[in-house]
Amino acid sequence: MSVLVVVECDKGEVKKSSLEVATYGAQVAAQLGTTATAIAVGEASEASLAKLGEQGIAKVLYDREPRLKDFVNNAYTKLIATAAGQEQAKIIVLANSNIGAAVGSRLSVRLRASLATNVVELPKTDGGRFVVKRGAFSGKAFSDVVLSGERKIIAVKKNSIEAQHDAGKTAEVAAFAAQLADADFADAPQQVVMQEQTGGVLLPEAELVVSGGRGMKGPENWHLIEDLAKALHAGTACSKPVSDVDWRPHHEHVGQTGITISPNLYIACGISGAIQHLAGVNSSKVIVVINKDPEAPFFKAADYGIVGDVFDVLPKLTAAVKALN
Amino acid sequence: MKFLVCISNVPDTTTKISFTPDNKEFNKAGVQFVINPWDEYALTRAIELKEAAGSGTVTVLNVGEADTEPNIRKALAIGADDAIRVNAAPQDAYFVAEQIAAVAKEGAYDVILMGKESIDYNGFQVHGMVGVLLGIPTVAPAMKLDLAGNTATLEREIEGGKEIVQVNTPFVASCQQPMCEPRIPNMRGIMTARTKPLKVVPAVGEPARTQVAEFALPPKKQGVKLIDAENAGELIKLLRNEAKVI
Ligand SMILES: Cc1cc2nc3c(=O)[nH]c(=O)nc-3n(C[C@H](O)[C@H](O)[C@H](O)COP(=O)(O)OP(=O)(O)OC[C@H]3O[C@@H](n4cnc5c(N)ncnc54)[C@H](O)[C@@H]3O)c2cc1C
Ligand SMILES: Cc1cc2nc3c(=O)[nH]c(=O)nc-3n(C[C@H](O)[C@H](O)[C@H](O)COP(=O)(O)OP(=O)(O)OC[C@H]3O[C@@H](n4cnc5c(N)ncnc54)[C@H](O)[C@@H]3O)c2cc1C
Repeated sequence: MSVLVVVECDKGEVKKSSLEVATYGAQVAAQLGTTATAIAVGEASEASLAKLGEQGIAKVLYDREPRLKDFVNNAYTKLIATAAGQEQAKIIVLANSNIGAAVGSRLSVRLRASLATNVVELPKTDGGRFVVKRGAFSGKAFSDVVLSGERKIIAVKKNSIEAQHDAGKTAEVAAFAAQLADADFADAPQQVVMQEQTGGVLLPEAELVVSGGRGMKGPENWHLIEDLAKALHAGTACSKPVSDVDWRPHHEHVGQTGITISPNLYIACGISGAIQHLAGVNSSKVIVVINKDPEAPFFKAADYGIVGDVFDVLPKLTAAVKALN
Repeated sequence: MKFLVCISNVPDTTTKISFTPDNKEFNKAGVQFVINPWDEYALTRAIELKEAAGSGTVTVLNVGEADTEPNIRKALAIGADDAIRVNAAPQDAYFVAEQIAAVAKEGAYDVILMGKESIDYNGFQVHGMVGVLLGIPTVAPAMKLDLAGNTATLEREIEGGKEIVQVNTPFVASCQQPMCEPRIPNMRGIMTARTKPLKVVPAVGEPARTQVAEFALPPKKQGVKLIDAENAGELIKLLRNEAKVI
C-alpha cells in the first residue's frame, strides 16, 4: 500500500501547486508508515521529476504517450486509476486545480473512493478515523470531513501547504505505460488557447497578488496595478464588477462567485470589501488594503492599511519595491 | 433536445455563516436561501438554447427536502418547463450525483447542465461523478456552450487559458461566467410557474462516503495597522521585515 500523488507539469517543470501536493502526499505516507509514489501528467522533464525527491517522493511514474501532454479527462482518469492499481494505492492526492478536481471526481466513482476537495491541512488519523479539514462556504468557513471509504482521494487547495525542499534528494523515475487507446482520447480538446498573464504569473498559483476594484476608475489605470505586480513578481486580480464590465478578464475575478485564493500577500486597491469579495480572499496570509474611505469594510479584514488615493499611493509603493530590490 | 438543469439550494451570498453550538451543523436560522449563483448560468443557457432551437424542454432538478421548493418555483418562473425534486437531504456529493444520474437515465436527457460548484460545500465534484455514472463526457468548468444539432462546442476554463472542446449529446457540462446573462423571473413567469408540474421522487442509491464531523470559522484578524499615505513606502519595509512576505 502506498500513497499516490498526481503531479501536474507544464513546459517541463512541475507546477508549484504540485510541489505542495507532493509534500502533502509524502507527509501522509510518513504518517501511515508507507512511501509516496508520484504519477506525472503534462509535459515533464526527467530532471524535474527526479527532483521530486526533495518533497519526499520515492518514485515517479511517467507515461511518455505524447497525447497526454494536454489535459484529457478520460485519459488522465484511466492513467491515474491504472497507476493506483499497480501501486495498490489506497490514498490519492491531487491539486485542487481544474485538472485535479475534475479527475478526482471521476476517479472517486471508478474507485469507489471517498473524496474531499479544497483540503487545507494534513489529515488527522487518530482514533481510527481519517479526517481532513476543507474550505467550505466559499472561504467563509472550514469543515472537518471524515473519509469513511477504504480508498480516499484528497484534492489539496493551492498555497495551503508549504512545499518542502530537501535539497539533493532524488526520486527514481520509472517508465510507465497505461496502454491508453484512441477511445480514451475521444474527449481531447480541439484547441488550447493560452492567455497572457501579467508578468507571466498565474493567479491561482501566485504567492503575491495585487488586486483592483472599482476605485481604479477604469481599465486605462490598470498599469498602476500591473507595475506594482511586476515589481513584486505578483499576479493580478480584480473584484466582480470590474470583470463584469470587462475592465479585466473573467479569470481574474476573485470572490464567492469567482475564484478563491490564499496567497501569502493580497493587496486590495480601491476595493470596498463586500462580503462576497472577502470570501474569496480572506484566507490570504497577509492582507493590505488601500482605500480613500477610512470606513471601507475591507479595513476590518486587513493586516495593514493605507487610507489614501490609489493614484497617489500605488506609484509610491512600486518605487519603494524597486528601491528594495 | 431535452435539457436537465441541476440546481442547488444555498445560503444567499451575503449570509454571515454560523453553526450550531456544537459546531456540527450549519445554522439556518434567519438565512435566506437562493439558487446557487453558478446554477443560474446553467438554467438561463438551457432556456436560451431551447428558445434558439424552437423546440425542446428544460427540466430543473433539485435533491433536497420540501424547503427547497420556493427556489424550484423560482427556476420555473425564470423559464424551465417542469421540475423534479428528489426528496432527501443531500448527504454528500456522491449521494447527490447518484440521484441526478438516476433521474437523467430515467428521463433520457440529452444535455445535463450544472453550476461550476455549490457555494456552500464548494465540492466541484457532482458533474464529474454524474458523467462517470452515466458513461458520458463531462466538461467542467464551461465558460461557453453552443449547440449545432447533436454536437456541442464548449470553452472549458483551464488555468491560464481555455480549451475548445467538442462533444456529442448526451453530455454533462458545468457552467460559469461569462456564459450568459442570468435571467430573473418576470411577472408572467411567476404566474405560470405556479401551475407548472413539480414531481417529487424518492431517493435511491448507496450511503454517503463522507461525513462532516465539525465546522469551524476562520481565525479573526488582529486588527489593521495603518500607515500614513504620505509615507506609503514604509508599508513595503513592514511587509519585508515584519510580515516577511516579500
Ligand atoms: C450574488 C452575488 C455574488 C457576488 N460575488 C462577488 C465576487 O465573487 N467577488 C466580488 O468582488 N464581488 C462580488 N459581488 C459584488 C459585491 O457585492 C460588491 O458589489 C463588489 O465586490 C464591489 O466591488 P468593488 O469593491 O470593486 O467596488 P465598490 O464597492 O464600488 O468599491 C470601490 C471602493 O473604492 C474606493 N475608492 C474609490 N476611489 C478611490 C481612490 N481614488 N483611491 C482609493 N480608493 C478609492 C471606494 O472608497 C470604495 O470603497 C457579488 C454580489 C452578488 C449579489
Ligand atoms: C441540511 C443539509 C446538510 C448537508 N450536509 C452536507 C454534508 O454534511 N456534507 C456534504 O458534503 N454535503 C452536505 N449537504 C449537501 C450539499 O448542499 C450539496 O448538495 C452536496 O454536498 C454537493 O455539494 P458539492 O459542493 O459537492 O457540489 P458541487 O460539485 O460543487 O456542485 C456542482 C453542481 O452540482 C449541482 N448540485 C449540487 N448539489 C445539488 C443538489 N442538492 N441538487 C441538485 N443539484 C445539485 C449544482 O448544479 C451545482 O452547481 C447538505 C445539505 C443540506 C441541505
